[in-house]
Amino acid sequence: MANVNLTIDGVKISVDRGLTVLQACEQVGAEIPRFCYHDRLSIAGNCRMCLVEMEKSPKPIASCAMPVAEGMVIHTNTAKVKKAREGVMEFLLINHPLDCPICDQGGECDLQDQAMAYGRSGNRFAENKRAVPEKDFGPLVKTEMTRCIHCTRCIRFATEVAGVPELGATGRGEEMEVGTYVERLLTSELSGNIIDLCPVGALTSKPYAFTARSWELRKTESIDVLDAVGSNIRIDARGRQVMRVLPRLNEDVNEEWISDKTRFAVDGLSRQRLDTPYVRRDGKLQPTTWGEALAAVAARLKAANGTRIAAIAGDLADVESMYALKGLMTALGSPHLDCRQDGAKLDARSRAGYLFNTTIAGIESADACLLIGSNPRWEAPIINARLRKRSLRGGFSVGLIGAPIERPDGLTYAHEYLGAGPTALQDVLEARHPFSKTLGAAQRPMLILGQAALARRDGAAVLALARAVAERYTMVKDGWNGFNVLHTAAARVGGLDLGFVPGAGGRDVLGMLDGAERGELDVIVLLGADEIDTRHLGRAFVVYIGHHGDAGAHRADIVLPGAAYPEKDATFVNTEGRVQRAFRAAFPPGQAREDWAILRALSESAGRTLPYDSLAELRRQLVKDVPAMAEIGRVVAAPWQPFGQTGALDAAPFGVAIRDFFLTDPISRASPTMAACSSANQQARRGAVTGTHG
Amino acid sequence: MLRDADRIFTNLYGFEDWRLAGARRRGDWDNTKALLDLGRDPIIQIMKDSGLRGRGGAGFPTGLKWSFMPKQSDGRPHYLVVNADEGEPGTCKDRDILRHDPHKLLEGCLVAGFAMGAHACYIYIRGEFGEEADRLQAAIDEATAAGLLGKNACGSGWSYDIYVHRGAGAYICGEEMALIESLEGKKGQPRLKPPFPANMGVWGCPTTVNNVESIAVAPAILRRGAAWFAGIGRPKNTGTKVFCISGHVNKPCNVEEEMGIPLRELIERHAGGVRGGWDNLLAVIPGGSSVPLLPKSICDTVLMDFDSLVAVKSGLGTAAVIVMDKSTDVVRAIARLSKFYMHESCGQCTPCREGTGWMWRVMDRLVKGEAEVEEIDLLLDVASQVEGHTICALGDAAAWPIQGLMRHFRAEVEHRIVERKKSAVSRAA
Repeated sequence: MANVNLTIDGVKISVDRGLTVLQACEQVGAEIPRFCYHDRLSIAGNCRMCLVEMEKSPKPIASCAMPVAEGMVIHTNTAKVKKAREGVMEFLLINHPLDCPICDQGGECDLQDQAMAYGRSGNRFAENKRAVPEKDFGPLVKTEMTRCIHCTRCIRFATEVAGVPELGATGRGEEMEVGTYVERLLTSELSGNIIDLCPVGALTSKPYAFTARSWELRKTESIDVLDAVGSNIRIDARGRQVMRVLPRLNEDVNEEWISDKTRFAVDGLSRQRLDTPYVRRDGKLQPTTWGEALAAVAARLKAANGTRIAAIAGDLADVESMYALKGLMTALGSPHLDCRQDGAKLDARSRAGYLFNTTIAGIESADACLLIGSNPRWEAPIINARLRKRSLRGGFSVGLIGAPIERPDGLTYAHEYLGAGPTALQDVLEARHPFSKTLGAAQRPMLILGQAALARRDGAAVLALARAVAERYTMVKDGWNGFNVLHTAAARVGGLDLGFVPGAGGRDVLGMLDGAERGELDVIVLLGADEIDTRHLGRAFVVYIGHHGDAGAHRADIVLPGAAYPEKDATFVNTEGRVQRAFRAAFPPGQAREDWAILRALSESAGRTLPYDSLAELRRQLVKDVPAMAEIGRVVAAPWQPFGQTGALDAAPFGVAIRDFFLTDPISRASPTMAACSSANQQARRGAVTGTHG
Repeated sequence: MLRDADRIFTNLYGFEDWRLAGARRRGDWDNTKALLDLGRDPIIQIMKDSGLRGRGGAGFPTGLKWSFMPKQSDGRPHYLVVNADEGEPGTCKDRDILRHDPHKLLEGCLVAGFAMGAHACYIYIRGEFGEEADRLQAAIDEATAAGLLGKNACGSGWSYDIYVHRGAGAYICGEEMALIESLEGKKGQPRLKPPFPANMGVWGCPTTVNNVESIAVAPAILRRGAAWFAGIGRPKNTGTKVFCISGHVNKPCNVEEEMGIPLRELIERHAGGVRGGWDNLLAVIPGGSSVPLLPKSICDTVLMDFDSLVAVKSGLGTAAVIVMDKSTDVVRAIARLSKFYMHESCGQCTPCREGTGWMWRVMDRLVKGEAEVEEIDLLLDVASQVEGHTICALGDAAAWPIQGLMRHFRAEVEHRIVERKKSAVSRAA
């Protein structure tokens, strides 16, 4: 890109054509205050805080909106600029309430900070301040619209990124109000991001309201596990309690957004927790001690033949604990391991066969996309936002095979509905469908295979069919791999990488449930596995290691309390195959311990001591066994190897992987906020509104 | 004084037939093909040579504006948009053109559109102009039926369609960028410049927005030559102009006159003079509500054109002359204008949204003298914080009347404050 030369505060620089003056100023280190400008949103230029002086221009210019031009001379620190900033600051403050002491934005408020840096002291405004009626945006976003400074970031986010044009401005002049026109719920899974975007306290977090001040919180950078995206987050905790979750910048994964589940499910962390070991006596779970609990489990394990023991890893399990569990099961001589609780016929033999190979950022270079049995909006809202971002740029066709996705929860980009089940996919493969032409003409086509297409009896055949489609339309070529599996579970890719799948003669999840029901299995270890149908566990002795009193714990004979994701140092692999580290932000409650340590203790009680005494030692062995685990933060392209198994296809339509976005795992099911969202969302779908009018 | 022979708007008062037959009798649509046959660049050159400056208020040279349109289309269509959202208080010239001489405008639309390579023209007409919109549409239908518009307009081989779009009553939609937003169906809020409309206007396509009067005079200029038009008025302020004279005069009227006519002559010759005689004059707002007022001492001698009025720190604006005699409460008059700008601010950008309300509230107190003398300087400071810091010119328009008032009538404002304090003291005693 050609460069443009300009002078900023006497410093001559050369910048890319197409930048704005504000961006150029940042490059020379000249700080420009702003409220409405945001890197990832369209330019509004309405707050006027970024005014700077440009030579030959009689008026100061809005630097956020002015493209750089050859020979420009910009001044950012003149008396004129200072006066302009003071003036704008004063205007923003005259109708802003003086309620900072009771405002949740306090301490992290752009208006406070910039008023300190660029404002005048004192108040010259002798008139009455404006008050604005309250709005109801649903259970997540608390409004205090009197504080609104009309920067329109929230409007632009909803319209551009979230793809739900539900926010807008009504009224003119000082009567202008930001709202939803007719009062209603925001129907976006990304709505919480407007809280971060709001530069003032007009939009704050409703569940977090009045619970803490930002400066009291201990901040830990970590990874989210409530879907398979691996969004980078910051966990803010006070004492043992996680108070809130905020996004952390990672251009390759979540940019700077997170889904509402990631952000708001954390109140589930302090409810339904397993905080002490339990043992079932007289049909009831009774509290017990670690010693007794471990001894009881060890006795069962010692008594049982290895081939009559099985283990299932749940959706939130971390790599280290799965590795420890696999080690224990191998030591006990059991081949019955599985990490695919939904029964998805994923093939662990080839990494490329279960990864999102294109990568999330790679979506932006694709030019056609085929969705197969997947609803990215619910399965991975962050990936859905990338698809929308790509779609907005144009030249991106999307086809959908699977359950139709209709408004108001529809996909947020144009797409063509191709059919409901494997037959439609077969048609695409055999070029019987018009969309085949689109795929054929595309330079960088991609497909996204959802769990709904794989978690069925013919899943392996669907996987093979999808592979055939990918090869037929040359989705895999030099520097490009358009074959993608979209996972819904944070544990899944890690589990597959470890080979936490049935060994020779081993049973998969369905086989285990089948076997348990028929009395062919004596002991089943559930590592946070709550999504299986526990009615089929028969008379087997069930050991549950996990953190929430959910389905698994209810059926368990022994409960060993573990740590939830903010309570442990752990590794997770996201759907792209990106290995990321989560860090402990708070301690697990009561007697609960980190899962790998529980398994290490159990192995000793069972007389099969695992060969490590610390997490560091465990990780050293892990990396030796699974070298991919050393590639922290990176995605290593997986070689294209055979996977899937051709076979008979069932014509039945693909189902849906997620029935309720807000209630997908033990943490979100324990969260009152998520329950409120779920019910509000269902009401909204029936056409109800949140307020009294409309 | 303008000679009758030089008059362009010969049916300004509606004494004659506004329809096609009447317009043709007055010379409109007379061999328009010959005008188009001049060619695009020559038409623009004639417009430049005529010295015509935009009649909507800012006075930007019209020919120059047309020349900003790309010479070659890059595939995107070009559009001409006519700003008929006449809302500036005191102004009612476009309305008379629309209802009494719509064909003059339509013919202008064709030649202007042709000169900028447009095949479509939108006339954005103020929502309150119901009858005018009907007449305009009827005139378009007549002209289309007669082959003057539509495919092969006037036999020139150029196809040209004109669409009427009715506004919804917002003053701000008379600002060209807000007008474009509104035309696209969005909330009427000015867009940022750059990009300018000639690059990215309606639906992202090259667009020129012109005032009704600027477009309506184009055919006459092309027919009679640039030299004719440039010979009227004063250098850089050429041609004829429709003035709207209202307020405390004996015969309020619209009149087409030479640019640069002395204000006093304009009022006395055409509007029957100031009520109670020239000496009863207090002040004049010479160019619509947004320009600063002028006290009588300046009105005695000032000429009515762009540069002369700028020289006395006012402006020609839309040439809406609002006359106020000595019975006027000038503070209240300007306070009313402040209220207008507060009401019409779109609310998009900070200084105007917040500043217009602040200024009106202070002005409202100043009317009764319920203020401190220092607040006058505060008010002027606030006005200076609005002026020049906004996206569009509405912020300036809100600041100028106040600045004009304080420049010329500060003594009156201070007097009221002092009087009020005195009466408060005497009441207390």
